[in-house]
Amino acid sequence: MSKIKFTLNNKEVEIEESPTARLLDILRENFGLTGVKEGCGEGECGACAVLINDKVINSCIVPLGTVEGKNIVTIEGFSKTKKHQILRNSFEEEGAVQCGFCTPGMIIASESLLNKNPHPSDEEIKIGLSGNLCRCTGYNMIVKAVKSASKKGDGLW
Amino acid sequence: MKDISKSVRKVDSLIKLSGKAKYVDDIKIEGMLYAKTVRSTKSKANIISITLPELPKGYYVVDYHDVPGKNVVSIVFDDMPIFTEKTVTYYGEPIMLIVGEDKSVVTNLISQIKIEYEELTPLFERTNSAINYNFVKGDSKKAFKEAKKIIKFDYETGYQEQLYIEPQGMIGEINGNKVTITGSVQCPYYVHNAVKVALGADNDEVRIKQSVVGGAFGGKEEFPSLIGCQLAVALRKIKKPIKLVYEREEDMEVTTKRHPSWIHMEAAINDQNEIDGIIANVEIDGGASIGLSAVVLSRALIACTGVYTIDNLEVAGDVFLTNTVPNGAFRGFGAPQMLFAVEMFIHHIAKELNIDPLKLRLKYLAKQGDETSTRGKYRDPIIMNDMIEKAMKISDYKNKLEIYQKDNKYKGIGMSWFLHGCGFTGSGEAEHIKALVKLAKGEDDKVNILIAAVDMGQGVQTTMKKIVSQILEIPLEQIIYNNPDTDLVPDSGPTVASRTIMIVGGLIARAAKQLKEKWVDGEALTVSERYKQPEYIKWDEKTFIGDAYPAYSWGINVVEVEISPITYQVTLKGIWSVYDVGKAIDERIIMGQADGGVLQGVAYGYLEVMKNENGRVKQKTVTDYIIPTTGDIPPMETILMDNPYPLGPYGAKGAGELTLDGGAPAVALAIENAINKTVTKIPVTPEYIMELMKNE
Repeated sequence: MSKIKFTLNNKEVEIEESPTARLLDILRENFGLTGVKEGCGEGECGACAVLINDKVINSCIVPLGTVEGKNIVTIEGFSKTKKHQILRNSFEEEGAVQCGFCTPGMIIASESLLNKNPHPSDEEIKIGLSGNLCRCTGYNMIVKAVKSASKKGDGLW
Repeated sequence: MKDISKSVRKVDSLIKLSGKAKYVDDIKIEGMLYAKTVRSTKSKANIISITLPELPKGYYVVDYHDVPGKNVVSIVFDDMPIFTEKTVTYYGEPIMLIVGEDKSVVTNLISQIKIEYEELTPLFERTNSAINYNFVKGDSKKAFKEAKKIIKFDYETGYQEQLYIEPQGMIGEINGNKVTITGSVQCPYYVHNAVKVALGADNDEVRIKQSVVGGAFGGKEEFPSLIGCQLAVALRKIKKPIKLVYEREEDMEVTTKRHPSWIHMEAAINDQNEIDGIIANVEIDGGASIGLSAVVLSRALIACTGVYTIDNLEVAGDVFLTNTVPNGAFRGFGAPQMLFAVEMFIHHIAKELNIDPLKLRLKYLAKQGDETSTRGKYRDPIIMNDMIEKAMKISDYKNKLEIYQKDNKYKGIGMSWFLHGCGFTGSGEAEHIKALVKLAKGEDDKVNILIAAVDMGQGVQTTMKKIVSQILEIPLEQIIYNNPDTDLVPDSGPTVASRTIMIVGGLIARAAKQLKEKWVDGEALTVSERYKQPEYIKWDEKTFIGDAYPAYSWGINVVEVEISPITYQVTLKGIWSVYDVGKAIDERIIMGQADGGVLQGVAYGYLEVMKNENGRVKQKTVTDYIIPTTGDIPPMETILMDNPYPLGPYGAKGAGELTLDGGAPAVALAIENAINKTVTKIPVTPEYIMELMKNE
């Protein structure tokens, strides 16, 4: 057990847990942030993606001990932002949500991509989202949604 | 009146986009315990003894001794035990649950369990036929006797894993004798019925609720009945809330998959180079229990001529039992295997006869009024000619085909034609399901849709509300459609077989019309409708004679590929599709089905590899079992046709499965075109292409 401090969705938090605990479990169990999903448990599907210091990371392969002092944003925190509103609208308009299980991770990955590249091409969007598996949509509508968000949110990213 | 196809925002998108949607693993109940399954580590063996570690207080074992009713998962064939009694029949078969408060303690206890087995010889070959179906049409004996030439080919298809991104799971609680189970399910009443049998319980002692479902594709059709029964037995014993959620590896290793198949085709060719008759023989591997395999087989057999009309047929097939993980429902349900074989075969016949495949295909393309493979009738207009023309135009098919055939540059294009029988096969709807739907209007004039149909991402919450909204001329916001709960909704049947909009939606439309007639502002009123099969639809399930389906949806896929001449890796360059689903209740929702379905179908044809070696699934993780990512998708273009079906709501027919059916043959034909070899197996992997290149 160790005391670990970090920023979670803009709040300073401290917990006492094993440093080898999976960040995913800590977020879901200790903080009730169930928007972070477990799809594969091995860092392949992206359903558990969160932002750690603005980078998209699969929280199922992050040991808690490594996030000391870092800034973590989950879908719950991000959903309160203007950027989320733009992305959300675009995803809705393009029909990019089916079962929804990959969706929080897709949104987080999209945010990370747009932060780095506010006006990505289709190819750049595909590369940016290639770590997030979706089995329902065939991805086209998701790519279109990100493209549309990048236009509508011009200046935000 | 506005066109119902005009898209609206899906009613469930917002909660999913903000992470608020509650999937089963997101639900917590005060005092909840965790269950994990102890599984067989042999493919076939008698259990001699089980030695358990000492269980700490509050930890429990649940096994077959605890089943109060019948130790069987009641589906169609009741041949799968809830827990093994004596003999395990596949690697991973559930033997018992360990249940307790701390997940890691449960896992640790499981690692200390010692099971002594007496090993038996497992069967992995196809020798033990559990089901054999066969039927004939016309006089195939004569056709083959008089044939100038007989053309024979053998086709093979592999496993396919549904890989819904949310793994299987359920959570349950008990109040007195009543068990309430919430889970990621397609068919609440399947689970309800199975749990009743397992517990020997009355109707009102079992309640099944649907949580938000993170994808299913058939994988959550019958399998959740097994988890539901196990959980119900545990609840009755322990009397505390329990959660049972699979991890990915467990899910991939032990849940049902698409049946591997081996399909033998023969064509009798007469002296005018015409196809006089076809023999089709289909073998599917059911795994260790029959489950839904017989129904899968019958859909495959009925699809034996695809979109073509052939007068003389001899059709047979078997479900073989092997000591491997049971196979089951997967979007398409036997049709994708058969349609792959049919589409390849018609091309291979053309090649052997040295005639243009397009001409041969058009000659046999079914027309309205033709007899189906089972001597039923295609009653409704078939607009395939128009669709083919459109598909060829948007993909530049003819031009590309010709160039790629000549220039040998490892580029290829392929086109598949296919159909999907909508709704249950044969007399299922009329005799087994007898769907019942209700609409309940409250004093507040809100209308509650009471059906058991599950939104698993396909958008049924939105489309059902649209149907009711349009008929009653009230806004979507005035309509309620909660996730089904068997205490509250009637049995409108399972969410399967591309039946939901056509059958259940059709009943909902009728109920809405009824409600409209009786509507009085401020007064509560409930109306109901029950499915009645149109009189002219006749089906004999013993002989396979008659109308196997009330209606058919039709489709075309064109796939273009490029193959690396060095690694033989296949890259998709474009996918074009044209579908006749009658009428889209929401265009964008159908487009979403189209994109997702065709990608699953194409990936089944060239990318997704799952093998079973010595009874064990080799690809058990998302790292090993490859599905498409954004990196694999080419540009896609889809056209939806309007061809309203008189009995569907606003003319809608089935759509969900159709979009998967044609992907595999289209990509396989494109690869054939690129390498100029004969492809008879899917998935067409680089290794298989290499083998083909070496052999000829």
